[in-house]
Amino acid sequence: MEASKVIHAIYTDDDVLMNAVKKVKSERHHIEEIYTPFPVHGLDKAMGLEPTRIAIASFMYGCVGLTVAVVMMNFIMIQDWPQNIGGKPSFSYLENMPAFVPIMFELTVFFAAHLMVITFYLRSRMWPFKKAENPDPRTTDDHFLMEIPVHGNESELTQLLKETGAVEINLVDKAH
Amino acid sequence: MEYKISNRLRMASIVLIILGLLGVGYGFWDSHQYQTEADVKALLASEHGDHHGDAHASDTHHEETSHEIADSHGEEAHAEDGHHAAEGHGMSHEEHVLHQIHNRPYAALYVAAFFFFMIALGALAFYGIQYASQAGWSPVLFRVMEGITAYVLPGGLIVLAIAFAADSHLFVWLKDGITEPGHENYDALVAGKSGWLNKTGFFIRGLIFLGGWSLYRHFSRKFSIAQDNADDNRNFKKNFRISAAFLVFYIYTESMMSWDWIMSVDPHWFSTLFGWYVFASMFVSGITVIAMITMYLKSRDYLPFVNDSHLHDLAKFMFAISIFWTYLWFSQFMLIWYSNIPEEVTYFVTRFQDYQLPFLGMVVMNFVFPLLMLMNSDYKRIPWFVVMAGIVILCGHYIDVFNMIMPATVGDRWYIGIPEISSILLFAGLFLLIVFTALTKAPLLAKRNPFMKESEHFHY
Repeated sequence: MEASKVIHAIYTDDDVLMNAVKKVKSERHHIEEIYTPFPVHGLDKAMGLEPTRIAIASFMYGCVGLTVAVVMMNFIMIQDWPQNIGGKPSFSYLENMPAFVPIMFELTVFFAAHLMVITFYLRSRMWPFKKAENPDPRTTDDHFLMEIPVHGNESELTQLLKETGAVEINLVDKAH
Repeated sequence: MEYKISNRLRMASIVLIILGLLGVGYGFWDSHQYQTEADVKALLASEHGDHHGDAHASDTHHEETSHEIADSHGEEAHAEDGHHAAEGHGMSHEEHVLHQIHNRPYAALYVAAFFFFMIALGALAFYGIQYASQAGWSPVLFRVMEGITAYVLPGGLIVLAIAFAADSHLFVWLKDGITEPGHENYDALVAGKSGWLNKTGFFIRGLIFLGGWSLYRHFSRKFSIAQDNADDNRNFKKNFRISAAFLVFYIYTESMMSWDWIMSVDPHWFSTLFGWYVFASMFVSGITVIAMITMYLKSRDYLPFVNDSHLHDLAKFMFAISIFWTYLWFSQFMLIWYSNIPEEVTYFVTRFQDYQLPFLGMVVMNFVFPLLMLMNSDYKRIPWFVVMAGIVILCGHYIDVFNMIMPATVGDRWYIGIPEISSILLFAGLFLLIVFTALTKAPLLAKRNPFMKESEHFHY
């Protein structure tokens, strides 16, 4: 359930942010989202996010690429238009297989890489003409923003965040 | 922390050496049971029941360049017949088999000796790269690597000594008269290469290679130990400089060594990426052994500063270099397979005909297995998992060396029997003894290395 009121705490240093996240988590508050200008190493772990599953997706995309390569080369070079290149027998995929290995390899990599990037963008809800989600443009420059939902514990949270070194604390009404 | 070799380990390696010596002795004795062609005839007759004709080994020894090469799918039988007729020097099949029987114990000894030597040399290259790249993650492993590289000099000298003793049992180009026109052993191709391939050159080069590598090893180790109690980083800087120089020297000499010590057993054949191929093999074996010895010492609490991120990185290297090896293996194969030039393709025809199981099995062990075992990030941190993958990788690379030497020396009369296994035992024992004794000689933490802090806190 998304709270309609959130607190935006702004930090100016990634180390301070990391310690703040640990503190907030240890006080058992839920962190909705953190916006940073660059990837902060270990932040996902500190926030308690689940490990990424993109590696599994990548493996599956690779398998798709490999299959596409095999089917494609079998159709092009064996069934549709067999060609005699370098005196190799051309009516059997298996006997010509070594010649197709580079293609199989490249398409595996191609599919894995491109589909993985596309998956990552979609999963991060980024697509063309998308309006930016980050609530404060300074998070694209040198500020870090932590978003915490408020459930009537506003003053307690503000106090806690101040202690962690936030330079600015805003209460925001997220109108839907 | 000082390491003390346990008595059990010392005893075990001595037992391995003794068992190995006995087995190797038996191998030589056994091969000399066959003295004449008549003995071989009797042997072949007794084997005929289960051997069916394909005992006609495609003997790469005397492979004629003119002989027609069949495609890799089963017309080879003619090639073999045509080939005997084409041979200028009428050696009978029995005499040929007799040579192969006599070659086997030498070849078995050479394969195992080279395999263990290559582990140490691969570890030395890895060590040099760590210094030259000023790597921050690895200094906690330096003493383990230095222990392994202690085997470079003795191991290399043993390989050269076996090459010297085996002579034409391993290297056909050492036969008498092979470069003299008109002689019954005359071989125009070998004669053309004799400017490089000659006995004096072979051993002089071998000693230069070994000398260079051991000099680097000696000084690098010396500076590394001197750095322990130093007040500044002078020794580290020296190590950085000599490591960079060593790597340049190494990549040239390693390539030449692989032509000399391995590729020349098939003197008609050549492959331009052979040096890289052998390098990949030694690199991955060296890294695997570094990982295994690290895990062994850590399990004995000698390496409290090594954490599972270090193991993770070593396992990543095992994974990556296994793929690199496969890339070279396949590149070498595909170009030769595609161009189908007789003097090149015989190499793979022999391997597909007579060595199908080890040749293709090795690809499974060295590529498919590590690929699937070590792909998952979490598995790279589980010691027993890495050890299992490592054992398969090491066996696979032994078979790799086996496949490089055996087809040219024993043809289809290969078997992994007493001579091969005892040679492995012998050199495994020697390797363990030398490496673990070297580990006792210095503290296991290179404490004053400028990157030590970073390495101890290394966290992936």
